[in-house]
Amino acid sequence: MAKREIQEINAGSMADIAFLLLIFFLVATTMDIDTGISRLLPPMPEEEEIDDDQEIRERNVFVVLINKDDDLFVEDGFYDVNELKEMTKEFFLNPSDAEDLSEKRELTTDYFGTMMVSKGVISLRNDRSTSYGKYIAVQNELAAAVNELRNELCLQKFGKKYDNLDPLNEAEADLIADAKKVFPMAISEAEPKNVGGN
Amino acid sequence: MSRFKKSSGKGLKQINTASLPDIVFMLLFFFMVTTVMRETNLKVSVIVPEATEIKKLEKKSLVSVIYIGKPTRNLQKTFGSEPRIQLNDAFATPDDIRDFVTSEREQMDENDQKQMTVSLKIDQKTSMGIVSEVKQELRKASALKINYSSRKRVDMALLK
Repeated sequence: MAKREIQEINAGSMADIAFLLLIFFLVATTMDIDTGISRLLPPMPEEEEIDDDQEIRERNVFVVLINKDDDLFVEDGFYDVNELKEMTKEFFLNPSDAEDLSEKRELTTDYFGTMMVSKGVISLRNDRSTSYGKYIAVQNELAAAVNELRNELCLQKFGKKYDNLDPLNEAEADLIADAKKVFPMAISEAEPKNVGGN
Repeated sequence: MSRFKKSSGKGLKQINTASLPDIVFMLLFFFMVTTVMRETNLKVSVIVPEATEIKKLEKKSLVSVIYIGKPTRNLQKTFGSEPRIQLNDAFATPDDIRDFVTSEREQMDENDQKQMTVSLKIDQKTSMGIVSEVKQELRKASALKINYSSRKRVDMALLK
């Protein structure tokens, strides 16, 4: 019995098979990176406690309301979304120590030393019929205001923008933490209720 | 004519395609490693709002997604056109969120559970009523890290 020579396998169709697999994975997978605005929800209160124990004075609350027709009411009147960022920044900075803007207190941090920081809190309230798009637009402007304040602070003291700081670098991570202390993202959202809007 | 004859006379050598499978396999492996399997079929149509202050969500294994939006057009006959919540592959009510969060948590590594993030993919035309309900449920389930999914807005002023 003569041994038959082993025939070489024809690998010509290998490319086709591989292409088929490739196309399957291309179709079945996602490459898009999730992006979005990160927020931390307040934890649920343990009992029915009235959270008036820490009294916040009226001048320290920056009232932002969105009614059912997506109109934006800030502090004392109706404004456009584009104006919100500047108003928020002014409220927190209060450069002229105005009576109706936020109060300040002293805060000492490792990196920024002792400086006057705002006691202000943003109170954001919306109606049940407010559109989500508008809500995000407002959230975005408020976040932009705080981020810009942090940017300016870090640029002034260290010549580097807050956005460009690297959280993996130990010293810069501390700097980020301190900048957050000076300008916290102080947005308080009331329990949903009907703000109304006629 | 003579030109053609010349080339045909010499004969174009066939390109060796033996390495083609290798190249394609390399591509294949690249895609297999870099991508994540699509897990859910969307039953609601979601166009997330635009924003500028967005951050990337790292580590997809820590992220659970809640979709809210109108049912897609072919499902509107049966489910109507009111905004609905979608968890995994099915429509849900706000009451289901707590169970959803618990089961998502159980699937995670114990060390990662604290870092669990809920990504809210909500259509921009949805009204805040349903969104607030979902947020309340998330608070009750103590899934406090959330992310309002949004697209990057191109700043027109910067382009000019």
